Order: sequence, then C-alpha cells, then structure tokens
Amino acid sequence: MKLLVPVKRVVDYNVKVRVKADGTGVETANVKMSMNPFDEIAVEEAVRLKEKGIATEIVAVSAGPAAAQEQIRTALAMGADRGILVEHDGVLEPLAVAKILKAIVEKEGPQLVILGKQAIDDDMNATGQMLAALLGWPQGTFASRVEPADGALKVTREVDGGLETVQLRLPAIVTTDLRLNEPRYASLPNIMKARKKPIETVKPADLGVDVTPRLSVLKVEEPPKRQAGKKVASVQELVEKLRNEAKVI
Amino acid sequence: MAVLVLADHDGSAVMQPTRSAVAAAQKLGEVHLLVLGPAAAAQAAAKLPGVAKVLHGDAAIYANRLAEPVAALLARLAPDYSHLLAPASAAGKNVMPRAAALLDVQVISDISGVVDADTFIRPIYAGNALATVKSSDPKKVITVRAASFDPVPAEGGSAPVEAAPVVEDPGLSRFVGAEIAKSERPELTAARVVVSGGRAMGSAENFKLIERVADKLGAAIGASRAAVDAGYAPNDLQVGQTGKIVAPELYIAVGISGAIQHLAGMKDSKVIVAINKDEEAPIFQVADYGLVADLFKAVPELEAELDKK
Repeated sequence: MKLLVPVKRVVDYNVKVRVKADGTGVETANVKMSMNPFDEIAVEEAVRLKEKGIATEIVAVSAGPAAAQEQIRTALAMGADRGILVEHDGVLEPLAVAKILKAIVEKEGPQLVILGKQAIDDDMNATGQMLAALLGWPQGTFASRVEPADGALKVTREVDGGLETVQLRLPAIVTTDLRLNEPRYASLPNIMKARKKPIETVKPADLGVDVTPRLSVLKVEEPPKRQAGKKVASVQELVEKLRNEAKVI
Repeated sequence: MAVLVLADHDGSAVMQPTRSAVAAAQKLGEVHLLVLGPAAAAQAAAKLPGVAKVLHGDAAIYANRLAEPVAALLARLAPDYSHLLAPASAAGKNVMPRAAALLDVQVISDISGVVDADTFIRPIYAGNALATVKSSDPKKVITVRAASFDPVPAEGGSAPVEAAPVVEDPGLSRFVGAEIAKSERPELTAARVVVSGGRAMGSAENFKLIERVADKLGAAIGASRAAVDAGYAPNDLQVGQTGKIVAPELYIAVGISGAIQHLAGMKDSKVIVAINKDEEAPIFQVADYGLVADLFKAVPELEAELDKK
C-alpha cells in the first residue's frame, strides 16, 4: 500500500524562541529550522512499514515556503521515495493544511496517512483529525503502536491514564505520539541518494484549495516571567518553609 | 445561543478538567453539557453549578467515545450552539478538531484565556509566547487548558437531563480494549500536589522513592519527557509541552533539569520546589525553593521529615 507522510518545517526543538518586539509573532529570521519532531516519528514509522514489506511507496509532502524542501529532503534521506511541496508563503492553519492534504490524497490514493500529533510551533494538535474528518476516514491519534491486521489497522493510543486500542478500517489516518518509535539518523549515502529523488512543486491554487486563515493574530506576547526564588540549605529547612511560609503542606 | 461542553467522566463523576472547561464556557453564554456514557455520569454532570442542561447519550455507539461518532454528534448538535468546547484532554484533543473540520471551522486549541466571544488567548511555542487570536468563523470549536481556569464546584446545581440524539454508526473504527492504570493517587491534572521525577532518577525502580513522598503528600506522580524516553515512567505521566499541563498548588521537581518543554507543562504551578544536584540547572530559575542536593539522599530525608509534625 502507498503511504503519505506530511512533514512540517518548524523552529528547531532546541531554539529558545523570542517574541518580536512589535508583538506580531516570534522571531524566525536566522533561526535554525528543522522537521517537526513528531513528523520524524511519522516518517520513521512509514519507513519501518516499508521495510516490513507492508508499504510499497512513501510520499512525503510539506505545505509551506520553498525552504520546506529541506524537510522533504530529510524525509527522503530517511527512506521516503518522493516528495511533494505545496508552496505557500503565508500562514497555513491546520484546516487549510488538511484541505491541501485532502486534495493530495485524492490525487495519490494512499491507504494510510501518518502525521505527527502536534507541531511544536503552533501547538494546535489538529491537522490529522481534521484531515480524517474531511476524508470521512477513521483516525488513530496519539499512536504508540501501529499493527496492520487483515486489511485493517490496529492502533494503540496514548490516552489519559493509560492506553487504548482501536481497530481502524482502511484507508485511515494515524497521528504519532512519542513512544511509537525512535527516528533514525539519515546516513551519508542515503542523504546523497535523497538528492536524486524527485520533488514535485504545486501551489494551493493548483489544488483548488482556499487557504485564507480563519484566525487573525491580534498580538503575541511573552508570558509573565517567573522569578527565581531562594535556595534552601537542607531538607529540614525546605519542609519548614513549605509548612510555615508557603503553607502548602 | 448556548455553549456546549463535551464532558470527560469516569463513569460516575465528571473529571476536574471538564469543570474547568465549564468555567471557561460560562464566560461565553448559557452552558449545556454533553455526557456520553452511563446515566450516573449524566446525574453527576447535572449537579455542576451553572449548567443549564445536560444532554445525555447512552447509545452503544457512544460507549467508548470514539472520535468518529462523537464528532458526528457534535456536528449534528452544532446549529443550536455558538461555541463547542471540551477540555484539552486526550479525549477532547481527539474529537474537537474532527468536529471542527466537519463544520468547516478552524479549531482553537488549548485556550488559556477568554477575551470575548470571538477572541481567545492560547499558548504557542511550548508556552514561550501567548497569542491572542480572533476567529472569523461563524461558530467556535475550542479546547480549554484546564490549568488556566479554576474549576466550578462538583455540587450545587440541578440541571435537567435530556436525551442526546443518536447518530448513524459510521462503522469506521472499533474499540478493541484499554489498559487504564488503576491508582489510588489523584489524577495528575487535578492533583493539589505533584511530585515529578526526571532522568536523574536513573531507573523505573528508583521512581519508588518519589512515590513514597507522593503518598505522604497525597500527591500525583509526574515525569519529565527524558524520564519517559528512558522508560522510567509511563507516557501518561509526562508533564510538558506534548504531555500534561499541570498547575498544582505545589510542584516538586526531583532530578529534573528544566528543559523549556518541561517548564511549559508546570510553570503555572503556585509553588515550585526543585531538588537537583546541579546548581546550574535551569529548573532553579523558576523554583520558589531550590535544594541543591543528591536526590538519592534528599528524597528519603524528605520522606522522613514529612512524618515529623
């Protein structure tokens, strides 16, 4: 079966973001960008399904600026077969991305789309669920285990208090949680090979998708700063302070 | 128009994050609660103060609150409501974006503030920035960060209970089973005290050290992502950007360095205690009380000290 794996270009996990002085957003100029970490887990899962002989082809797709090609190349170096860049320079909200992906799904005909559960920039946690709704497909969100089972898919999900297992009819949507796998590093030969893999570029308008944002950002500000408190010298002093000063125990 | 809140419950009681979502919903209009599951849960929901009506669905199709039928039900009920809310719990985050897409609206995830009927505050970039966003959609679909809203009490109201409509089974997914950890401890997102362990705990076995302290304090147990990654603690205990967001009265971080992704999940706690042997650890920059010490010595001492009155 064919797999589709969307990947998002985001500010790298290790960057401490700064709010712009004019309150319009966060500083992204000259900041290291990477593939969203949950999307790396999605690519890894797809590659493992291909290595097991379950998947036949993996298509990596990214919606974003031209530079998002870098993240598609990373997916190709990890083992995806080809890429599609849906080039757009403005804001793309999860609903718009879901509409873009729906158009790609209709063109490519994958049986399974694996997405990261959440992008670490807007922290929306929405695109997979929205794509599932638009396609009328089942969804296995926050997956910690994915097992193909007789033309269906068994997905173990991270839920509050533990785990839940659901069986999904195919075609289906899966979103990845932390423990699904540990993504591989692309080897140098695979990075070289990835340079020769094809990336097709389209625009949202080519797909007939209106990406006008529904949310306008009125302002972006820094959260109130927490002041560092005091150091205590001993456990006895700590407990005394918690009892008599903070009065929380 | 009224506001609909999708409730999380354990079969008999409404979970605290849902009571926080009700508090957020009260800023927007008359609150109706949607409860899917046993009648006892609907009865508990009817007692929440400030709830005008409970819609109760006990059809088999809703029994495991699978996203596909629940989102379809929300879309069916949507014409009567200006806003559809749920706590930003695993269940809320699973269902609400799906319902939003069915209604062709952009979900507004994890709000920490209500400015007006169209305008909300939500943390982005692991809480390193707060965005104020205004929705142009005719209807708003929202998940609520429970830690940002004081929950309404569990008792005091008496709302009428009505039957929710039954949607057609889309037949897309099937519930196979669940492994929910049984614990005497309070739920992580509702606990008054949370004791969390990090990578420095060294092993799953060593987590017992903080469990004993937690038991003395009636606390929930949490963990950093590093501790979860290392296999010392299960993922549902993860506190941070991609795990649980908590704001207890007392948060004790043991052997946690304080990566921004962890701070995102606990920095709104009222009192923060950090125990770490590295005095340069960033956790100390947010801690009200910091103790530079070897946790394997300090934690048993803490356990003993808590016994003294």
